[in-house]
Amino acid sequence: MGLLEMINFIVPSAIFYAAPLIIVALGGVFSERSGVVNIGLEGLMVVGAFTGVVFNLFFVDVFGDATAWVSLIVAIIVGMLFSLLLAVAAVSFRADQVVTGVAINLLAVAATIFLVKKLFDKGQTDTIAVNFSRIDIGWFNQIPIIGDLYWTSILAIVLAFIAWGIIYYTPFGLRLRAVGEHPAAADTMGVNVTKMRYIAVMISGAMGGLGGAIYAQSISQDFGHATITGQGFMALAALIFGKWHPLGAMGAALFFGFAQSLSIVGTSLPFFSEIPTVFLYILPYVLTILALAGFIGRASAPKANGVPYIKGNR
Amino acid sequence: MAKRKFGLGLSLLLASSTLLAACGEEETPEVAGDTGDEPTEEEVFSVAMVTDVGGIDDKSFNQSAWEGIQRFGEDNNLEQGDGGFDYLQSASDADYNTNLNNLIRRGFDLVFGIGFLMEGAVAEIAQQQPEAQLAIIDAVVEEPNVASVLFKEQEGAFLAGVAAALMTETGKVGFVGGMEIPVIERFEAGFRAGVEAANPDVEVDVQYTGAFDKAELGKTTANRMYSAGADIIFHAAGATGNGVFTEAKERKEQDPDANVWVIGVDADQYDQGAVGDTNVTLTSVLKRVDNAVYDISTMAMNGEFPGGETIVYGLEDEGVALADSRGAITEDVLAQIEEFKQQIVAGEITVPETVE
Repeated sequence: MGLLEMINFIVPSAIFYAAPLIIVALGGVFSERSGVVNIGLEGLMVVGAFTGVVFNLFFVDVFGDATAWVSLIVAIIVGMLFSLLLAVAAVSFRADQVVTGVAINLLAVAATIFLVKKLFDKGQTDTIAVNFSRIDIGWFNQIPIIGDLYWTSILAIVLAFIAWGIIYYTPFGLRLRAVGEHPAAADTMGVNVTKMRYIAVMISGAMGGLGGAIYAQSISQDFGHATITGQGFMALAALIFGKWHPLGAMGAALFFGFAQSLSIVGTSLPFFSEIPTVFLYILPYVLTILALAGFIGRASAPKANGVPYIKGNR
Repeated sequence: MAKRKFGLGLSLLLASSTLLAACGEEETPEVAGDTGDEPTEEEVFSVAMVTDVGGIDDKSFNQSAWEGIQRFGEDNNLEQGDGGFDYLQSASDADYNTNLNNLIRRGFDLVFGIGFLMEGAVAEIAQQQPEAQLAIIDAVVEEPNVASVLFKEQEGAFLAGVAAALMTETGKVGFVGGMEIPVIERFEAGFRAGVEAANPDVEVDVQYTGAFDKAELGKTTANRMYSAGADIIFHAAGATGNGVFTEAKERKEQDPDANVWVIGVDADQYDQGAVGDTNVTLTSVLKRVDNAVYDISTMAMNGEFPGGETIVYGLEDEGVALADSRGAITEDVLAQIEEFKQQIVAGEITVPETVE
């Protein structure tokens, strides 16, 4: 493989791998910026993946080629509803947010596998017939490097910029950040803390569902216990690595994707092929640790992250 | 503070009581089982199995083993339950011992542990229960009351290699492995040997992904191999292999004339390869755990339980096989595959178990 060929391979596959992570991490940015720690991203992804695949399987006759996109919308709605569990427990009932998030993860895996068993009478669903593929437009494919992209990859990058705009340049974003940094101050200025946090958690649910559905419909193409295994946590890592900033989260997810594809393409490079494969397996994680420890500096969370807001308490 | 501690204490109490309750529930079937074998149907032979964490419908060896047991049950007019045939699922490694013990206490004459993950548990229970008859799939346990069942995966993979070498148009084929464990290495060794035997000029691109549950790694790896000119990829990588299918299907979708194929593993993966009216599945290497389980059960029923022995199933006794290619492989290639098969069965070709 020549250098250009290598770049031509690594860049699209890095973006492809990163797309679901970017979207889920963006959801996490909204939730955590409002002061609700969201360990439940993994669970939200599971629910999204399940919904996307099941809806796709059942409605493929109705929507035809558009099924995959309609499934995304359904997954967004179901993810939102599922995230209400976290919102109600963490915001209204002031439960421990980390514990609630863990519960969401456990519940999501158990409930979806249970439903798959009930619906299909086996451990995983059938393979979907309509899925996301590479963009198939003549002139676009001719563009070097990015010509091999997916619509979902472009969606993820666009969403990152939209999220950045919303969080930093709209009144809603300002309130969101205020609620996460100092809810009492926001409250005295007339911002409804509970409402803001509910909205933020539901956005994270929507994005989690979307990310899960994209993953399932573009990569695994079926749903089973091995479909979502840790991608939600990778998104969480991307969110922290990206310092709770939408573009930072995107960069971090792309970085993970880059490390991942490098580990795969590595075996066919003259220098890398000498390295024992186990080092290539751990490459993405080692690079992440190095980046976190060395180059990024202190990552500081929103001040009120993880703290339930109790009106009148100082 | 005091209040919070009290709350913590309460929740701990709650947690432990649910745990204990769970234990209690697990006890009950055992007690029921003890009374269950009171009616002395001495002649009826009963058989049961414990799955590993893959579950009873994993489209792989657990499911296959259960199908074998069900077939055995039907053929011998047994019913599911005590005194007939049954299974227990393991949710985690910690369940193996409990499940094996449970089934032995319920009076099953033969209990299978499925998968090499259960090696330790089967060995331990075999020592504790010298009267029990146990069998393990994919591992060897050297106890007088345990029958060990292995498969010659390399023989099935050899035929896949022959098929790939004769069907490839680019002169390059790929192998995507899960983890580098002996079972998967047997697949690789067999595949390489098959390609070598059929056409030494064909290049084999081998890559392990290090995981059985990372479809994205399978997809990227397949992308790399197809991009580098391979046209047939054999995967032995569980759910990681889903990604290999995804990549092949995507290429086929974009260009219906694209020459991309996947060879599946363990079960017939034809359904996974469907793209519109076409299919990217060339064939699949089948591992007939069901045949082995059926065979061992029959032996045990006839009083010929092969305790302490290791039985290896290969092409000869249909322990491994190639799935129906449904026309994807041409007639003359099928004939050549059959020829190689006969040579292996006759012992003229010995397929290596490891890659030199």
